[in-house]
Amino acid sequence: MARFLVSRLAQSLLLLVLVSVIGFGVLHLAPGGPMAQFALVPGMSQAQLAEIAHAMGLDQPLPLQYWQWFSRLLVGDWGHSYRDAQPVLAVIAARLPATLELMGAAIALAVLTGVTVGVLGAVRRDSAFDVLSTAGAMVALSIPTFWFGLVTIYVFSVKLGWLPAGSRATVGDASLWGYVHHLIAPACVLALVEVAVWSRYMRSAMLDVIDQDFVRTARAKGLPERRVVLHHVLRNAWLPMITLAGLELPTLLGGALVTETVFTWPGMGRLFLDSLGYRDYPVVMGILMVSALLVLIGSLMADLVGAVVDPRVRLD
Amino acid sequence: MAGPVLEVRGLSVGFADGRRTVPAVHEVAFTLHPGETLALVGESGSGKSVTSLALMRLLPPAPRTRVTGAALLRGRDGTVHDLLALPDAAVRALRGDRIAMIFQEPMTSLNPVHRIGDQIAESVRFHRGLDRHAALKRAEGLIERVGIPDAARRLRAYPHELSGGMRQRVMIAMALACDPAVLIADEPTTALDVTVQSQILALLKGLQRETGMGLVFITHNLGVVAEIADRVMVMYAGRIVESGGVVPVMTAPRMPYTAGLIASVPRLDLKGGEMVSIPGTVPDPRAPPPGCAFAPRCPHRRPTPCDEAVPPLEAAGAGHDVRCRRWAEIAAAAAPRPALEARA
Repeated sequence: MARFLVSRLAQSLLLLVLVSVIGFGVLHLAPGGPMAQFALVPGMSQAQLAEIAHAMGLDQPLPLQYWQWFSRLLVGDWGHSYRDAQPVLAVIAARLPATLELMGAAIALAVLTGVTVGVLGAVRRDSAFDVLSTAGAMVALSIPTFWFGLVTIYVFSVKLGWLPAGSRATVGDASLWGYVHHLIAPACVLALVEVAVWSRYMRSAMLDVIDQDFVRTARAKGLPERRVVLHHVLRNAWLPMITLAGLELPTLLGGALVTETVFTWPGMGRLFLDSLGYRDYPVVMGILMVSALLVLIGSLMADLVGAVVDPRVRLD
Repeated sequence: MAGPVLEVRGLSVGFADGRRTVPAVHEVAFTLHPGETLALVGESGSGKSVTSLALMRLLPPAPRTRVTGAALLRGRDGTVHDLLALPDAAVRALRGDRIAMIFQEPMTSLNPVHRIGDQIAESVRFHRGLDRHAALKRAEGLIERVGIPDAARRLRAYPHELSGGMRQRVMIAMALACDPAVLIADEPTTALDVTVQSQILALLKGLQRETGMGLVFITHNLGVVAEIADRVMVMYAGRIVESGGVVPVMTAPRMPYTAGLIASVPRLDLKGGEMVSIPGTVPDPRAPPPGCAFAPRCPHRRPTPCDEAVPPLEAAGAGHDVRCRRWAEIAAAAAPRPALEARA
């Protein structure tokens, strides 16, 4: 167990360095950049621009720039936003809770709905419910998130007026319902694809288990069908789903980016897109590192939980 | 208590294949008395496992399967229940309680994520309404009874921590948890090492002596039959082709198929002898032969009467039945030189 943790942590650190190198490289390869923004300011002379570039360290060779950023990161200095000179960590910390709230709600919704649909589909294989949910999952998987978000806003906010069209809360309304009310639409939109993924995986995981010998043993004991399905089939079928939860985290983060933009959700995803447009290198890199960290923690947690719930798995 | 604990009448099973039904078991009938062991013998595909699963009501439900006939199980209070006619809930109440089953594959028949103590206790909890603690206490006693040492610690073991023989002992403990009147054992020793096989057989026999349960022992291994059975029922292509006491059937088989099975058991005492086998394979149940199902492989086949119609089961002695039109003829021809003596 200790050996597993040490080797996983070492791997994770290596991955984080790789992510930072690739992220940094790609970011600087993209045309434009902070200097292009400053060049648009009226009355800015070439000499002034060069001075700014020098002050920001942008005139140095790329590897050196990377090293300077990275070595500061190691001592906890994530740099300052180009836009408002705020510390990067503070900027991200202000946005992270909104993203975690949205993702948490979407995961809960996706797991609950997806698992239920998948289990029912497997137990009532080839029933009308199974056929409909299969077709529904295919449709959900092929709908682009941004389009579904826009349609949701059009139908439920514009036409019906049931749900707010965006943002996390109404100014002046700090009630819990106010937050939940704002959360419903973006969480559902973000969860849609995940519900489809989860229900498909859950169904096939259930079908993998349902014909196994030990399920017949459970029936031979005279147990009620409900207990056979929940205690014997599902208990085995959800083991691979824990790994899936870890694997789906990056997809969910990507989906959050789009969803937050569509619903003007004040989260990290929208901050990322805004900062990208502004070529706010320190903030973009900061978000990249935080996201990578979230994904790595997620998959490590998935492995640990998987080992705890499956007595056959030993981590070493 | 006199009379059988289980009486099966006219049990037939068919599987839906598109629009038609492919017959798998025809008109199987037998009785099982307390303390008696009935061996159900046949090759793969002879219908012996399907018969047992039908009795346990563990086959897929209609319309995927069609089961007809009656299986009368005597309940704890002496009332008789037809397992094939009862509603699902009533069958569940008897299954695991009055009639239990152990399976061929101990490696895959236990749930890998639950402790064996809980798996054994589960059926007592459901059938007897015991709480977890009391049920585990009983499970510990059962584990001891099936000869697993260090029972208290083994309660907490997971299946993958046990060997195949130990797992089969756990399966037996699980099946015996509620003191069933009938135990169906579907090739319980086939997947085990030979030394472990005889331990398990001895265990089953010992437990049967203690509890007086009726045992239906399904096997393709005639060596095992001689060791454990009181009566034998040989199945071929879904039909009983010979049944009777273990001694008459094993020493003087009347059905050429049974004789072939016995002759194909490898024997060390016959040096230089060739391995005997029955040529050909079991007929396709979707296209059965018009007459005797064994005729295409039978050395004694005559177009008349063998290919004319499915032969009936006729009495060939006291309690000895055979499904062969020529059995008397064949027996008479062989009489001067009985098969077993001729080989010696």
